[in-house]
Amino acid sequence: MLDDFFTRAILAGLGVALVAGPLGCFVVWRRLAYFGDTLSHAALLGVALAFLLEVNITLAVFAVSVLISLALLLLQKRATLSSDALLGLLSHSALALGLVALAFMTWVRMDLMGLLFGDILAVSKTDIAVIWAGGITVLVVLAAIWRPLFAATVSAELAEAEGMHPDRANLMFMILMATVIAMSIKIVGVLLITAMLIIPAATARRFASGPEQMAVFASLAGMVAIVLGLESSLRWDTPSGPSIVVAALVLFLVAMSPLGGLIARFARGRTHSPKAGGKSS
Amino acid sequence: MQQPDPPLISLERAGAERGGRWLVRGVDLTIRKGEIVTLIGPNGSGKSTTAKIALGVIKPDEGSAHRKRGLRVGYVPQKLSVDWTLPLTVARFMHLTGGVSSAAAEEALSATGISHLLASEVRNLSGGEFQRAMLARAIARKPDLLVLDEPVQGVDYSGEIALYKLIKTIRDDIGCGVLLISHDLHVVMAATDRVICLNGHVCCQGTPGAVASSDEYRRMFGDRVDAALAVYEHNHDHTHLPDGTVRHADGSVTANCHPGDGHHDHDHPDDGHDHGHPHSPGSGSGPKAAEGNRDAG
Repeated sequence: MLDDFFTRAILAGLGVALVAGPLGCFVVWRRLAYFGDTLSHAALLGVALAFLLEVNITLAVFAVSVLISLALLLLQKRATLSSDALLGLLSHSALALGLVALAFMTWVRMDLMGLLFGDILAVSKTDIAVIWAGGITVLVVLAAIWRPLFAATVSAELAEAEGMHPDRANLMFMILMATVIAMSIKIVGVLLITAMLIIPAATARRFASGPEQMAVFASLAGMVAIVLGLESSLRWDTPSGPSIVVAALVLFLVAMSPLGGLIARFARGRTHSPKAGGKSS
Repeated sequence: MQQPDPPLISLERAGAERGGRWLVRGVDLTIRKGEIVTLIGPNGSGKSTTAKIALGVIKPDEGSAHRKRGLRVGYVPQKLSVDWTLPLTVARFMHLTGGVSSAAAEEALSATGISHLLASEVRNLSGGEFQRAMLARAIARKPDLLVLDEPVQGVDYSGEIALYKLIKTIRDDIGCGVLLISHDLHVVMAATDRVICLNGHVCCQGTPGAVASSDEYRRMFGDRVDAALAVYEHNHDHTHLPDGTVRHADGSVTANCHPGDGHHDHDHPDDGHDHGHPHSPGSGSGPKAAEGNRDAG
């Protein structure tokens, strides 16, 4: 079964969507979309370094993403520039450095389009193993830091005052983001990873009456988008990343339509019994 | 108030600065079990900053801040905005930082009078309802120390009286210490043990006078005052005007009181101010304020 490239792509994609859902919710709640962009642009620098040093691409991208996150944390403490200016600086210089480095390495024959927009043909069995092992690790860690991370999302000061150590949770969250971005490159490509984080989460918002519920719905929406997107990518010979993002967008638009409103009323009507809110504790 | 057990929180000459400007300096503050301390002062006088130093949210840039080991805190911040993308019901909000049983949550919600809002989304609450939800969340934790930053802002007058009574009841029931920041310059909770007036430094401190003894406030509030509120008479040489400026004894008006503004010390060596000068080590307040302090104890 795994010999079929399409099955491999679907499996890998489902793994990415599963993790991108809950993480994407935090990206939306914390208004970190630009941070996601920065990390994914920096991924290209990671790819270039991987070729240069002849190491595993996923590993190199992960390392570069973590370094960029730490650089951001450090620069924010110094605070001479606003956060978004810092992100822009890091994001585009990493992207430019990556492109320049790749251009210098004339001996490397690589498909830049596949890197930027995802390439379902490139998904190997090892990739699937890496994505699912990494994905499950990310979910376990996220579940462990969920409460402090969520409390810090609502109010960092409140979380700190009541002894939740938000700094630790924030640092872990950045590392999780770096992991997911490294995992997702082959499926959605460097330029579109943020979309996989944001669009399913935004779709889920309409139907969710609690944060945990929204995370689950975001995973489901992302998985549906993966299947729909990859199917159409195969049928119309379009790059996999954009096809998945278009499918996610279609789901979002359906959710925002009156039809989505009906579904939302149904979903909330069922969960709005008095005990619903307490189920997370 | 002279109890043998260690204070819940103690600040010693604590101060914090941002971008070269001192938000607050030289604050001495201790809160013990069962004690209610109220901070008053105009906007920008460092009340919230002082509370955050006490909580450990802001690290003091000078002086020190100590918290009792394992201190359980319930905090109502001055501002908290919940993004509309966040689906958060009151019920889920009650469990935000953990360790609250559903029974305790429901009890706290009915004590603050909003148990009917359990399933409502937090972002749909009115200002007053949200304040009650935040207070309920803080007290449901059964904390050792409640830190309330303007807990009754946006709450109507009778609600304000009720919430002050509730805070006193909670203090009596679970014996927690309370650090309360008042949104009013002169009216404080009657159960307050100590009032500390801040304006970039500790101006003075003392016990509140009973509202009943103040004709002015009886005229303003009538008999509904009901012993929940009290007046704090400012007994220092300068007056904090409502707009946050300061009128000094020599009649001049400045934006703030701070060392070297030319209005302190040279005329009034004993005016109850401490400006961090080396000749007054360790005393956060001058003779008058110390007197008030002793009255409180």
